[in-house]
Amino acid sequence: MKNIIIGLLSGIISGMGIGGGTLLIPLLTIFQGIEQHVAQGANLLSFVPTAFIALIYHIKNKNIKTDIILYIIISGLIGSFIGSFISVLINSTLLKKMFAAFLLLMGIYELLSKEKK
Amino acid sequence: MKKKLQLILIGFLTGILNGLFGAGGGTLIVPFFVFILGIEDHKAHATAISIILPLTILSSIIYIKENLINLPLTLNIALGSTVGGYIGAKLLYKIPIKILRKIFGIIMIIAAVRIFIS
Repeated sequence: MKNIIIGLLSGIISGMGIGGGTLLIPLLTIFQGIEQHVAQGANLLSFVPTAFIALIYHIKNKNIKTDIILYIIISGLIGSFIGSFISVLINSTLLKKMFAAFLLLMGIYELLSKEKK
Repeated sequence: MKKKLQLILIGFLTGILNGLFGAGGGTLIVPFFVFILGIEDHKAHATAISIILPLTILSSIIYIKENLINLPLTLNIALGSTVGGYIGAKLLYKIPIKILRKIFGIIMIIAAVRIFIS
């Protein structure tokens, strides 16, 4: 039940366009004692159904800029492949600290970010 | 040519983040779309999802192969986050996002510090 609530909270944040995963992963590791890799895996896989539903809506409403996505997806897949393998090779404690550094940068960015005029 | 290189680079970095941390792809790509390419907010978010989904599927496959997926946990999270995503999208224009972003930024910093000292 706790995990459903954690999912619900991060889903709400995600639905508002603020990265849900950056909330979900620390909630799972800090409060539920879930191992870093497993928390990351849960975030990845749980994003798939939500994104599919959102994508159907966005395709219907022609919200996707199809002219730019091909290059980004191809290089992105290469990046994902490399990133995933680096992640698998790193031990959990180091990965957790690296994630915390990323979280800190993201937090500072959110605090300082300006709205687009 | 310069634009193509930018697209390739942003895609690559988004992919690295997506695979390495299992999160955070949108944090790079949405500001890039909005501030560098001048795409409207909702189109930037929609386009970001269309990119992050295939990357996430690939990262997920690698995590599954490496036995890093706890299926019952993931199903519970997916159930909550799907419902939450719908609620969040509905709340989008009812809540001052600017304030929420600041609060969320503070929460992220606190969480990061907590992980460092644990």
